[in-house]
Amino acid sequence: MDTNLALLLLLSPFVGFLFNIFLGKKVSRGVSGTIGTLTVVVSFLLSVCFFAQLNQNGKPFEISLFDWIQVNNFKLDFGILLDQLSLLWLLFVTGIGSLIHMYSISYMHDDENMHKFFAYLNLFVFFMITLVVGSNLLVMFIGWEGVGLCSYLLIGFWYKNQDYNDAAKKAFIMNRIGDLGLLIGVFILALNLDTINFIDLKSGVSSLDKVGGNQALQWAALCLFIGATGKSAQIPLYTWLPDAMAGPTPVSALIHAATMVTAGIFMVTRMNFLFDLTPNVQHIIAVVGAITALVAASIGLLQNDIKKVLAYSTVSQLGLMFLALGLGAYTVAVFHVITHAFFKACLFLGSGSVIHGLHGEQDMRKMGGLRKAMPITFWTMMISTLAIAGIFPFAGFWSKDEILMTAFHENKVLWVVASIASIMTAFYMFRLMYLTFFREFRGTEEQKHHLHESPSLITIPLVILAILATIGGAINFPGSNWLNHFLEPILVGKHEEHHLGTTEYMLMGVALVGALVGIALAYSKYIKQAFVPKPDAEIEGLSKTIYNKFYVDEIYTAIIVKPINAISNFFRTTLEPALGKIVFSFGTVAYGIASQGRKLQNGNIGLYLFVFVLGICAIITYLFIAQ
Amino acid sequence: MGNILNEIGIENYIFLSVLLFCIGVFGVLYRRNAIIVFMSIEIMLNAVNLLFVAFSTYHQDAEGQVFVFFSMAVAAAEVAVGLAILVSVFRNLGSIDIDNLKNLKG
Repeated sequence: MDTNLALLLLLSPFVGFLFNIFLGKKVSRGVSGTIGTLTVVVSFLLSVCFFAQLNQNGKPFEISLFDWIQVNNFKLDFGILLDQLSLLWLLFVTGIGSLIHMYSISYMHDDENMHKFFAYLNLFVFFMITLVVGSNLLVMFIGWEGVGLCSYLLIGFWYKNQDYNDAAKKAFIMNRIGDLGLLIGVFILALNLDTINFIDLKSGVSSLDKVGGNQALQWAALCLFIGATGKSAQIPLYTWLPDAMAGPTPVSALIHAATMVTAGIFMVTRMNFLFDLTPNVQHIIAVVGAITALVAASIGLLQNDIKKVLAYSTVSQLGLMFLALGLGAYTVAVFHVITHAFFKACLFLGSGSVIHGLHGEQDMRKMGGLRKAMPITFWTMMISTLAIAGIFPFAGFWSKDEILMTAFHENKVLWVVASIASIMTAFYMFRLMYLTFFREFRGTEEQKHHLHESPSLITIPLVILAILATIGGAINFPGSNWLNHFLEPILVGKHEEHHLGTTEYMLMGVALVGALVGIALAYSKYIKQAFVPKPDAEIEGLSKTIYNKFYVDEIYTAIIVKPINAISNFFRTTLEPALGKIVFSFGTVAYGIASQGRKLQNGNIGLYLFVFVLGICAIITYLFIAQ
Repeated sequence: MGNILNEIGIENYIFLSVLLFCIGVFGVLYRRNAIIVFMSIEIMLNAVNLLFVAFSTYHQDAEGQVFVFFSMAVAAAEVAVGLAILVSVFRNLGSIDIDNLKNLKG
């Protein structure tokens, strides 16, 4: 029974995908969207059931569907593992997924390809579920690749715009680089341990470590982390995420904020037993995370596209999560993943609502004063902004504070970096709010005339997410620590709980003050001085460097893309013709011989017959002589 | 059956076969009319059939005769196809002289 339910949980979105891809065009847009949404809701309800069951008896649920690969000593089942970690992920993937599907019904209702949009969204949810519930690394890898594919399809959804297609390709290629790393990591583990099943790996890794296999483990961990940097947009592979904002806004909310980008964190948490044994790699993770958080936050300070700001804030928040992972505080990272999913989904959907209201305008310089026209959007976004900035008592305060506390105890430098990143977060998020919702409207008269609050299908998900962003911190209050206890069975390493002492309260205070300082700076600049960012051409100096994202894309182009292009060009213009000549010369020789032979085929049937009889005579003569 | 062979002798059958076969060969080589060529081929075929039957009787083995049945069935099919081709050749070229059939020139 449970097996069937688990399969239904997995396959329900896939059924939605099949329906929408094959029949979606025949039914109306509303039906297509509703079915797409319902299939995800089914998955969500089943996740809740499984979650309740697990919460009661604490026994993870594992089924093996069939033998998949069997080579020599290496055996692999295609299995599903529903334990604490995967169920937690399922809850917010399918939960937020349902809300975003619902939102998309309204957001995409003008699009002629709406059925295709829902088909892709459903396929994405299916692959994300596969990624999360897989009982071994290879099943996870199927999902891992699948979400990459869906990300490509959805970023390039408006395929008539070449820029969007380029962004889609960029995301796909960047992800592929990371995926290669992941795959190599999986191979190293399979080679050394003959298994890649999570449960077997857990014991296998520690016994391998005892017999001196630490070197291999380190390489494996490093490769897996490279995979995570691709999917979760960390330095050096983060540049695809901001460009991925080309997709429709619900996609940005679903894939690039709440779910897919958390896959890297999921994987590292899943493999925590491996990373715990490789402190060097952990150190790299922490440093990469902290630097990413800082760099992305600083780029976010000066972006003018509302979605770009949110994209950089996502990268920055993911950096904080990786910082926590690197410090071995897996539950803290998971906690932040969850709260971040709430408020970032809300922020993206809110920005989508704003863009919807302004008929596609994304430049904050042309917004302003939307507070009165769109009150629900404003208030929900305000709550989420307070949450992401880390203001007491919203969800983000608790999770971000845990990260900062962990960093403070482990490494003061990282703490300072992370704190600066958080202050920047508070600043740019309020900059976004002030520019979008406060003061006077700066767009055209016609837009002003059409300003309106979005329909209820858009506002209901916003309200639900805003409520979650408010109370989401409750799952892991310092002191109650429900999440810590819940995740205990899947973590092997040391288990830390921050007991609330004077230091902790002081740290909370510092974080809060930092956030308030950021907000105050934003207030004085954008409300009091009424500063509006300058047009692109007038930006100069350091701001210009930051506005252009530290020219990272340009640097990548110069040191990687250009040389590859040059080599390709060399191959195409020089090497290929040379090789071609050699190959063609064979052809020329064959042609010469053939044109001699062609003369025999003169069409004279009499001659043919004569030769034919002669041939028979020759054969008969030969046979006689041979005997 | 054996009596007939005793009276005439296997070698006469072989001579007749060879003669028929040679007539066929020369017919194929010298004549220009496609139908005659076709008939010559049939003569060759039947020369071989005759030899089959003769040896079959000589060896007291029915296998050779069975083979002849097959070969006749195949010959019938071949004639049907061949004549059909000739008809369409005639329609296209207005003649069945094989010297005119030079379209297959390489």
